[in-house]
Amino acid sequence: MSVLVYTENWDGKFKKLSFELVSYAGKVAEMMGTTTTAVTIGEVSDDELKLLGKYGANKVICIKSDNLKNLDSQLFTNAIAQVAQSEGSKVIVIANNNSGKAIAPRLSVKLKAALGSGVSQLPLNLSPFTVYKRAFSGGAFAHVVLKTDVKIIALTQNSFDIAENSKDVKIERIDVQIDAPKTVVKDVQKQAGKLLLTDAEIVVSGGRGMKSPDNWGPIVELAELLGGATACSRPVSDEGWRPHEEHTGQTGKIIAPNLYIAVGISGATQHIAGVSGSKYIVAINSDKSAPIFEVAQYGIVGDAQKVLPKLVDAVKEIKGK
Amino acid sequence: MKILVCISHVPDTTTKVKFVDGDTKLDANGIQWVINPWDELSLTRALELKDDASTGVKSVTVAHVGNATTEPTIRKALAIGADDAIRVNAEPTDAYFVAAQLAEVVKKEQFDIIMCGIESSDYNNSAVGGMLAEFLDIPSVSAVSGLKIENGQAVITREIDGGKETVTVPTPFVAIVQKGIAKEPRIAAMRGIMMARTKPIKLYEPVAVESLTEYVRFEMPKPRAACKFVDPENPKELITLLQNETKLI
Repeated sequence: MSVLVYTENWDGKFKKLSFELVSYAGKVAEMMGTTTTAVTIGEVSDDELKLLGKYGANKVICIKSDNLKNLDSQLFTNAIAQVAQSEGSKVIVIANNNSGKAIAPRLSVKLKAALGSGVSQLPLNLSPFTVYKRAFSGGAFAHVVLKTDVKIIALTQNSFDIAENSKDVKIERIDVQIDAPKTVVKDVQKQAGKLLLTDAEIVVSGGRGMKSPDNWGPIVELAELLGGATACSRPVSDEGWRPHEEHTGQTGKIIAPNLYIAVGISGATQHIAGVSGSKYIVAINSDKSAPIFEVAQYGIVGDAQKVLPKLVDAVKEIKGK
Repeated sequence: MKILVCISHVPDTTTKVKFVDGDTKLDANGIQWVINPWDELSLTRALELKDDASTGVKSVTVAHVGNATTEPTIRKALAIGADDAIRVNAEPTDAYFVAAQLAEVVKKEQFDIIMCGIESSDYNNSAVGGMLAEFLDIPSVSAVSGLKIENGQAVITREIDGGKETVTVPTPFVAIVQKGIAKEPRIAAMRGIMMARTKPIKLYEPVAVESLTEYVRFEMPKPRAACKFVDPENPKELITLLQNETKLI
């Protein structure tokens, strides 16, 4: 039995997403009356592995192999499948992020296990095993029955609250038999130390209503003051006002922060598709009839250029800066 | 070199979806169907590669799993510039079923690069590309935002947390494609639309595959609380509200 949760690590460290996944897996295991095993790939210290026990893992398996240094979808799938089989896992939990999306579908075929992706709640039912997932790019949600004996759940980031659930965790380090990777990494361009848009709990986002890339100062300042990240709408990244990584929306990044502040963004369906998972949405727009106000809980109808500096000042005041 | 682009037929992305039969089925009434946006970008990039003689790309084929009513979507792909098309004549029941059908097509026809959009805008599973690669036991690269061919070798840019990687894999492989692969989707010109009418659509009958999932019910997103408006002259009030009501700042 057991619920298996694949938790990626970033240079040997876990982050909030890892704890969300383990918390979720722990709850599913509780529903099923079984235990939770977490699996990670790479070099991770005992202390770091033990952290997963704090959120409900009974066992943590750390796989180390020289052939698993970079993400190779095929090899990572094989490694996780081997663990799933030896653990007799009935449910596998994985993040619905870039690496999860690279692995989960392959794992589904390899283990002939039904995959529910973009899941944002605990299973609605264990028999038949029914998950609740995003559909129509946030325009609806679906109840999906996973019909196979083994099931895979790809969980949406920031959709499940982390909960401490300390276990006396057992650590196991294993080697798996894995071929040489076919994916060869030639070059890496990475901005170290920057808060990722998908990890941010507060996001300040600007749209065409900002009028010019020169006006982004207060957006960046507000995001920094709030400990958040910056984002933008599609026209803004298309125009090259902001980098493409910031484009939030259906074809860009799908995010689910706790607070999304949309400035000068009208709220086209495609934009909303990328942010509808946000817990709270704040809209600042000069057009009272902009559709963004239909999804926002707080709004200011006004000129962003005039409103933003005052907002920045107000935040500085409460933060004592 | 031959490229296959897998295309999905989805409601136009501005559609406000509704459901019928006790919220078990999509209400297809009045829906405009389009090529899934990421698949359209994949097709555009495939055609760009073919346009550049140095790549050695000789043909771009599109494949689709769907019944006869989806043919206009395939014709659109042909009008944009695909050389030919394959339709597996079946109602797509889930990602596993679709990927299994596409795998049969690839086994028979042989392609060097297979491109799939990272997700379809209707069921958002992000599954077909990876499943297809696993059925074929070939490499897949996910979150691909760039694809070039240099000296007969595919050079791929993939998105990772906080950056990008340049990777290579041997052919055949599946590229699971996201934004960035092409600037704008290519639009069908009149000449393309005329030519599309006579381009071949090869029909495959489906192989027997069970689906692993079943959509039993749909629901609309929970309505959000109505917007509280704050005086634009006094944005400080917004900060106070956020502090007191959301406790997030």
